[in-house]
Amino acid sequence: MAPHRLRIHCPHCGVRAVEEFAYGEIPATPDALTDADARDVDRGFMHSNHEGPVTERWFHAFGCRRWFTVRRDTRTNEML
Amino acid sequence: MNEFVERAIDLRWPTEVKRAYDVVIIGGGGHGLATAYYLATRHGITNVAVLECSYIGGGNSGRNTTIIRANYGVPEAVRFYQRSVDLYAHLEQETDRALMHKTKGLLWIAHSEAGIRQERARAAVNTACGASTEYVDPGTIREICPQIDLTGNGVWPVYGASYHPAGSTARHDRVVWAYAEGAMRLGVDVFQRTGVTGIRMDRGRVTGVETSDGPIAAGIVLSAVGGHVTTIASMVGLRLPIRTHPLQAFVTNRYAQAFHPIVASSGLGGYASQTAKGEMLIGAEIDRAPSYAYDSGHPFLQHCAFRMMTLLPFLRDLRVLRQWTGVCDMSTDYSPVMGLTGVDGFLVTTGWGTWGFKAIPAGGEQLAALIATGRTPDLIAPFSLDRFARDRTMADRGSAGTH
Repeated sequence: MAPHRLRIHCPHCGVRAVEEFAYGEIPATPDALTDADARDVDRGFMHSNHEGPVTERWFHAFGCRRWFTVRRDTRTNEML
Repeated sequence: MNEFVERAIDLRWPTEVKRAYDVVIIGGGGHGLATAYYLATRHGITNVAVLECSYIGGGNSGRNTTIIRANYGVPEAVRFYQRSVDLYAHLEQETDRALMHKTKGLLWIAHSEAGIRQERARAAVNTACGASTEYVDPGTIREICPQIDLTGNGVWPVYGASYHPAGSTARHDRVVWAYAEGAMRLGVDVFQRTGVTGIRMDRGRVTGVETSDGPIAAGIVLSAVGGHVTTIASMVGLRLPIRTHPLQAFVTNRYAQAFHPIVASSGLGGYASQTAKGEMLIGAEIDRAPSYAYDSGHPFLQHCAFRMMTLLPFLRDLRVLRQWTGVCDMSTDYSPVMGLTGVDGFLVTTGWGTWGFKAIPAGGEQLAALIATGRTPDLIAPFSLDRFARDRTMADRGSAGTH
């Protein structure tokens, strides 16, 4: 599949170039990790970095300056 | 790899996959093949398979900007990369292959008071740890690289630089092929188009891998993949301090004059050197959003070219020939993650972000020593995965050259 040029759909402003936005990861420490210290290490340093569909936050820095949630496939940059 | 290369290099491809190996290395790039090479040459361990899902050197080993240097910001990293610089200096002799290794000297430009402090600190820590780096003033910069506009077009003035004479480049494909050839000559099996689909475990210990060619048993599994290490690590339930970001680079057409040094600038977020063919090779910052897509675009080109032209005005007269993208495993502290993982029998060499090519010989040598002896060598002990839990991160963002 041809890669999609990464463009972000802002629910307030419409589809804009990615350069207008700041990326925000949603931390996701697995529930299976129960040890408090291990959870702290995970929250501080580890990333899910999933290869496939992810839910993430974007901030429209050069636009409406609002945060919103999007679904994206990190293999293709397709917006879901 | 084309037919010409196949004939020129003595790559002895194995005919069939054995059902068991002492060591299985996932990823046939520089780090994986160098580890196999040093296992075979230094430790006599040849019952080794290297599994590459595409073709060897087709990932980041073939997409980087080929720079070799040791001018890092923390002592442990300086010592490690200096070992790599030393190994690279003798690699042509050792492998008997022309790797087009050329020592050029590297200028790291300071555009501000903070930049001056950073480059002075870099020179000091490098000198103390065995890498030769000195702080130079604009007059010396002009002597080393007459093409630099010291006014930075009025926007990015050049106040000084750290100069690292050992900075060099080598032909990246040839480094990969030389290691592959050396390893295969001693009996290491390298398989292309063999992707790993799963990792077998028995009572918490890794026992082998599932591949597109069927299962293979293994005493030790090393992940040496670039760009997809999170996917491999998740097969054994391991979480990593890694996020994968694309990084783009481009080359121009031939610049008719000689451009000797490598020029880098953290302020401008770019670095430039000249290839053996005369093209100007320019690399840049990572893309901010994590992604696995090999997607390259015009906004990057415009942004990066514009900034580099303020430092090197002659670039205005050149044209862009090619542009490409690699996907880089960026670690949380901008330092590599090497060695044991806490999962018995599963090792990683990752977090090579945008600084992996220069580390290929030392990384391979040290991991081979770890696999052969079972003990983590002192040189790479600071880069173990457990450093995050021990609160011993190796924060070195200022040396990545990409921020």
